[in-house]
Amino acid sequence: MSSGTKSSIDAANQQALERIFASRPFLVDVRPAHELLPQLGDHSVLHAGPPLGSKTMCGPLYGAILGALQYEGWAADEAAAQSLIEADKITLLPCHSVRAVGPMTGIITPSMPLMVVENREYGNHAYATLNEGLGKVLRFGANDESVLQRLQWLQQVVAPALQAALQRTDGLDLRVIMAKALLMGDEMHQRNVAATSLLIRALMPHLVRAAPASEYLGEITDYLTGNDQFFLNVAMAAAKATMDAATGIPGCTLVTAMARNGTDFGVRIGALGERWFTAPVQMPKGLYFPGFSAQDANPDIGDSAIVEALGLGAFAMAASPTVANFVGAGGLAQARRYTEEMMEITVGRSPHLLLPTLEGMGVPTGIDVRRVVETGIVPWINTGIAHRRAGVGQIGAGVVQAPLDCFVQALEAFADDWDR
Amino acid sequence: MADYKRCLILPSTYRDSVELMKLSVALENLSGVHHAAVMMGTADNKRILREAGLLTSEGEQADVNDLLICVQASSPEAIQQIVDEANKRFARLRVDVNDSGEMAPRTLETALERMPAANLACISVPGRYAGNETRKALEKGLHVFLFSDHVDLEAEAELKQLAAKQGLLLMGPECGTAILNGVPLGFANQVPRGPVGLVSASGTGLQQVTCILARQGIGVSQAFGVGGRDLHRRIGGHSMRAALQTLAADEDTEVIMLISKAPHAEVSDRLAQDAARVGKSCVLAFLGSESRFSPADTLHYAATLEHAALIAAALVRDEPVPSNPNDDLQRRLPSIGAVRAKLQPQQRTIRGLYLGGTLAYEALWLLRRSLAKVASNLDATLNATGGADHVVLDLGAEEFTSGQPHPMIDPQLRHHQILDLARRPEVAVVLCDLILGWGMHPDPAAALAAAWKEAKKVALDEGRQMICIAAVCGTQEDPQGYDQQCRVLRENGIILAESNVQAIRLAQAMIEPSTKAAGAGPVAEGIKLKPPTPSSDNMIPEIPAHLPALLASGPRVINLGLELFAAQLRACGVPVVHADWRPPAGGDTRLASLLERLR
Repeated sequence: MSSGTKSSIDAANQQALERIFASRPFLVDVRPAHELLPQLGDHSVLHAGPPLGSKTMCGPLYGAILGALQYEGWAADEAAAQSLIEADKITLLPCHSVRAVGPMTGIITPSMPLMVVENREYGNHAYATLNEGLGKVLRFGANDESVLQRLQWLQQVVAPALQAALQRTDGLDLRVIMAKALLMGDEMHQRNVAATSLLIRALMPHLVRAAPASEYLGEITDYLTGNDQFFLNVAMAAAKATMDAATGIPGCTLVTAMARNGTDFGVRIGALGERWFTAPVQMPKGLYFPGFSAQDANPDIGDSAIVEALGLGAFAMAASPTVANFVGAGGLAQARRYTEEMMEITVGRSPHLLLPTLEGMGVPTGIDVRRVVETGIVPWINTGIAHRRAGVGQIGAGVVQAPLDCFVQALEAFADDWDR
Repeated sequence: MADYKRCLILPSTYRDSVELMKLSVALENLSGVHHAAVMMGTADNKRILREAGLLTSEGEQADVNDLLICVQASSPEAIQQIVDEANKRFARLRVDVNDSGEMAPRTLETALERMPAANLACISVPGRYAGNETRKALEKGLHVFLFSDHVDLEAEAELKQLAAKQGLLLMGPECGTAILNGVPLGFANQVPRGPVGLVSASGTGLQQVTCILARQGIGVSQAFGVGGRDLHRRIGGHSMRAALQTLAADEDTEVIMLISKAPHAEVSDRLAQDAARVGKSCVLAFLGSESRFSPADTLHYAATLEHAALIAAALVRDEPVPSNPNDDLQRRLPSIGAVRAKLQPQQRTIRGLYLGGTLAYEALWLLRRSLAKVASNLDATLNATGGADHVVLDLGAEEFTSGQPHPMIDPQLRHHQILDLARRPEVAVVLCDLILGWGMHPDPAAALAAAWKEAKKVALDEGRQMICIAAVCGTQEDPQGYDQQCRVLRENGIILAESNVQAIRLAQAMIEPSTKAAGAGPVAEGIKLKPPTPSSDNMIPEIPAHLPALLASGPRVINLGLELFAAQLRACGVPVVHADWRPPAGGDTRLASLLERLR
């Protein structure tokens, strides 16, 4: 036990924190995935979470892939889509493998428009899909005709308009929007109403001047103003662009990504770059829409836990007593306890993203796997709950805890690597 | 008047305007600053700043999402100062938030985040974790009161070296008691502040001495504990020597006392040498220690805890130092006779049932000076063949406490022992200590009285009466209240003594009518060495650099382990953050050692 070890791990973590805090994510563009990700070839489908490996995919993910294959025109109908999958004709890759993130099933195929977030400090980019809205949506595994039509509309109508609008800006400063939204009661996972409003307010003058065909302006405006969760995908891409700036630092034991594929929960840590450490994902606890119960719920799924890696979502629960209520906790005191518990496993406090209910303390950032293993406290994650059957969609929302085992594995792998 | 202007842009930084206005006012109040304004770089704000003459060409570049700090000051230094101050405030972490209703922190690190100004860690976690936690605390710059035991000797030596390197004092391991600035740490009595400074390797020894002083109306400046093994040869009195130097320099301390069970001879000699040249009167109470120097002007030896306290009291009052321990045995002789008359002829033995280890040690040592065959668990003579007449038990020893609460907290153990003695026809005297103070059982007198009541009945059924003598160690200001506790004992027929030594003498007098407690007179002196003189090979240790600051500001404590220690500090108005400490990695030793390797 040399003191050199301590100082070099702590120094690496400090360096990672500095990069996280110096990162300045800007929303700069919306473009088709195939333009941004040339590696996304024919029959390639990106999904949320760590790689599936040989594990059976969960219902919602299967449903979403069936829909995506039809959306891309690779399969004429659901039966054709099924045979493509069964014949092993599609390439499945995690979104994270191409610096993208997707909520819930996280499906991305080449034709889908992606938002581009640029980290102005370090020049790296991250990508996320446009939020489809509520109801029957592909991200929850729904895949009927209405779902596919909406995807087409996003691709053909919304994306070009947003691209034109964004081109009139110098990019939208997401760190500032997120800082403001925290003060307005968003934690930016379950609740994005303030952040969405701020973003739309910044975007709208440019959208109007970009002058999309007048018959579409109303539809686009309805879409943007009618979905409180529009910003979730933006926050995810901002978090991804920020956390990616902290990867690959030797000696760094901080978590750089957390994601779920509906079967496994995966984490990555700074020193070990793109390696995933996985354990079976847990069931979320929360509230259900009328007619649904825990028995209908799919195990937790989605890349959205990237916002918790940055210190938002459940980590910033103190900003959102309303969300704490929603997930069954009671009010401000309980909301603060979520954040305080996460302070136990994080080594930094953001100088930018501040919590008004904790005397302006910054959100807890930089989950140290050593602290997770030492205390046994695992990250909380705010989450939506998908129906376990493909195609039904969202049935509730709540909180879920990351499984301790993947942090233990990460620590052990780090130790092996460190000893070399 | 010279005017310097500067605008600093913090890109992509947002703060609420109310906070920025408050910051502007705070910055303007710094000396040398004429004007300061901190605003977001909106067009309107820039216009205001421009019209106020504060906006430079750099400032013009600020974007709506940038934070703009504009300063006008009398010198470049003032500008730098204000920029540094503004940056500091932006980077600030939360400080000193009231912890009411918050989740207790789980680790030392996060507890420190709650109380960045903490200066002392009170650690009472299980022994196998105590070393690591202590090392972390010392590395973070905290003095440590280490209550835990089972820290091995080598680890103790390393930790004390680390403490010295960091300019900190490590009290412990196995440190039961300390009183810093009147604040009781661990098991300590509520005693007044005063001119006597103490350093003790014995918790109950320290309690006994400070209580006797308090009953003499004399208070304590500081009482440092150092742990039971500090005077072991391997440790060399490391912490005691450092604390001694601190007391030597402490303006509030007039008389210094060093207390320990028999130290290693080398160590006691070194301490005597140190003490002889601190320039203040020192009283050394090294119980059972054979190797002693003869007294010097400022150096005094005491054979018992009570004697030590009385010497210190005389020194404080500038009175002649008592050579014979003061006792009231003569005054009590008539009543002793009356009590003794109740005993049957076969009732010949003394049984000491002690909760305080040093008090038991003192009893064993004193009884053996006049009585043959005194056995004890203290020196493993209990089960020796041949059969002892008299027995002194330290009920706080590991063989009694392993897996159970200490009998100072849970009186059950002594209760059973007393009942057991009631069935033994040879037992004449049950000798007990009753220790009051913080951390102790809330009503130990009631517990002892209840046991005694039952025991008397058991003995009476067999036609015997026994004698119970209790040495009460406490003060009226202790949470239990000295007078009230004494009253309960007296009402239940327990004979009280004001000190352990007096209780021991009384016990002897009960069974040795002919000797009139002759063996309890002044302790025979052994061979005397010359008074210690400074020797060049004995370097005077340094005062731990950060200890005077702790004494100047008072303790601000992070408590890891027993919550009752945090509660008593809170009751005394001391700032304390209690950590809800748990074994690392849920007690998984493989993962814990992995974590240790990756610290």
